[in-house]
Amino acid sequence: MTPHEIEQVYEALAEGIDRAAPEAPELYLARACLLLARALPSAEAALAAIAAAGMTSTAD
Amino acid sequence: MRPAGRADTASLYFTYPQFEAPKGAARAGLARDVAVAIVGAGPVGMVAALTLAQQGIASVLIEAKDSFNDGSRAICIARQSYAILDCLGVVAPFLEKSLGWTTGRSFYRGQQILEFHMPDGPEEKFRPMYNLEQQFIEAYLWQAIEATPLIETRWRSRLEGIEIGDSGARLTVADPEGSYSFHADWVLAADGARSAVRSQLGLRLQGRNFEGRYVIADVQMDHDYPTIRRALFAPACRPGATVLIHRQPDNIWRIDYQLGDDEDPAEAVREEVVRDSVAAVLAEIGHTGPWELEWWSIYSANTLALDDYRKGPVIFIGDSAHIVPIFGVRGLNNGIADAHNIGWKLGHVLTGKAGAALIDSYTPERRGATLDVFANASKSARFMTPPTRGWQILRDAALGLALTHPFAGELANPRQMTPFTYAESPAVLPDDAGFAAGPAPGAAMIEARVGAGFLSDRLARGGFTLVCFDPTLARAVEALPGTPAVACLPWPSAAADRLGAGHGAAYLVRPDLHVGARWQAATAEAVRTALDNLCFREV
Repeated sequence: MTPHEIEQVYEALAEGIDRAAPEAPELYLARACLLLARALPSAEAALAAIAAAGMTSTAD
Repeated sequence: MRPAGRADTASLYFTYPQFEAPKGAARAGLARDVAVAIVGAGPVGMVAALTLAQQGIASVLIEAKDSFNDGSRAICIARQSYAILDCLGVVAPFLEKSLGWTTGRSFYRGQQILEFHMPDGPEEKFRPMYNLEQQFIEAYLWQAIEATPLIETRWRSRLEGIEIGDSGARLTVADPEGSYSFHADWVLAADGARSAVRSQLGLRLQGRNFEGRYVIADVQMDHDYPTIRRALFAPACRPGATVLIHRQPDNIWRIDYQLGDDEDPAEAVREEVVRDSVAAVLAEIGHTGPWELEWWSIYSANTLALDDYRKGPVIFIGDSAHIVPIFGVRGLNNGIADAHNIGWKLGHVLTGKAGAALIDSYTPERRGATLDVFANASKSARFMTPPTRGWQILRDAALGLALTHPFAGELANPRQMTPFTYAESPAVLPDDAGFAAGPAPGAAMIEARVGAGFLSDRLARGGFTLVCFDPTLARAVEALPGTPAVACLPWPSAAADRLGAGHGAAYLVRPDLHVGARWQAATAEAVRTALDNLCFREV
């Protein structure tokens, strides 16, 4: 995926969250994650991405 | 704004000249008719006057103030602006003083998440960006203006009124000795964001204001860091904000920080508050030595522009026509390009080299450039100042991910600065499908090494140039009347490769260094017809 395409995804998610409001963003994002996982060739790829996202937690 | 006890022009590193209003014998000619009046002697107005002078056109420059602008203001000058200054023959002092740079670094919570390099290499005459305080930009342009008899500058002369008539405009000007009016066939409004010309004519900028507000503060200090732009996202000193740091000449450092939604702008610009905020940023970047506060200001990230940059004989250039967020560094750079663009066009029309319709290409070309800046600035603003919950979540997620995944850091790349391509312009001809490389018509001409110098050194200053490779074609073009200057380059060569040019190829380069037309198999007749079309000549 090119940087430009990543940016398109980034923008679509930001706008998607705002459109889903007042629904909580985590519900919208969880739906997006499940649909994206379904589009992947294997559960391994999805599980690796899920693990990687957890390793860069920015909570103080 | 400056620290208490220091006058507006009491700079730590720059001595402001004091200019007088026209006096004595000079007053006799104040009310005479002129071909071109330029309102505003800031950098944009001065570039316009110098561009017209290069075309052989005299102008009268009117400025309300008695000196240059206060503070360092626009400090980033882009490569294409240096190419324009070079074309005007004034770039030498800029190169001597300014600091060139290619690299930017972004940090999230103190960790570097991105280092970007703007395109550069030995084939480029100028670096992608230079930092220089605006006072020097104005002082160096002024040196050139003082040496040009075609430009008459009237300092301390305020525009009081403007009325558009059948064949131009009547300007009323007040200076310390009185007020007078005069007729100008053309008026260039270079009088900035609060343009008096624009408000006198009842025109309004259209667009939107972003919420974010930023304070810019200059400090003088011995600080050991190269000329690399630093962007600090969510730093410890301002957890919810973005901070930008730029090095300038004379040990001056620009600190640019975003205000939180809960910060009162009036309070934020109080000297003590600015000092505390700056001290916190300096602590964050590890500066422990002494520093002196030089100057500060506040701005918001607006994207506003006129719908039409022309109203009859009045043409808007620079901030009078468009206001862009300063972190995109396109305010002054676009203003310089505006001034150069209208300067050569008006010059060609007034000297009979082009038809009046050429002027109509100014708005689509330069307003197009502004809209392009808006698109990029909106992206940058959304990243630096997320406007909604959705953008905030994605921005913070990208920054967090960027600590371990470089692809996400790329989302913080400001993508500053490629010159805008005039793809939809009436003053550009359709492309020749035979090119696989090189700049298409409308794009800025690329730079290349030619012999011991550069391609741009071979271009005519102020006129059209045919860049070709076949000496027979060059001679045929030179033999025709009313044809452009010719730069015949070696073939094969690195320049020819970069231009995607076969032996018979040619590029017709406009006076503003944008490509007007190109052919893989050029003929002298095609070149002449193209030049007639690009200049809207009645033939």
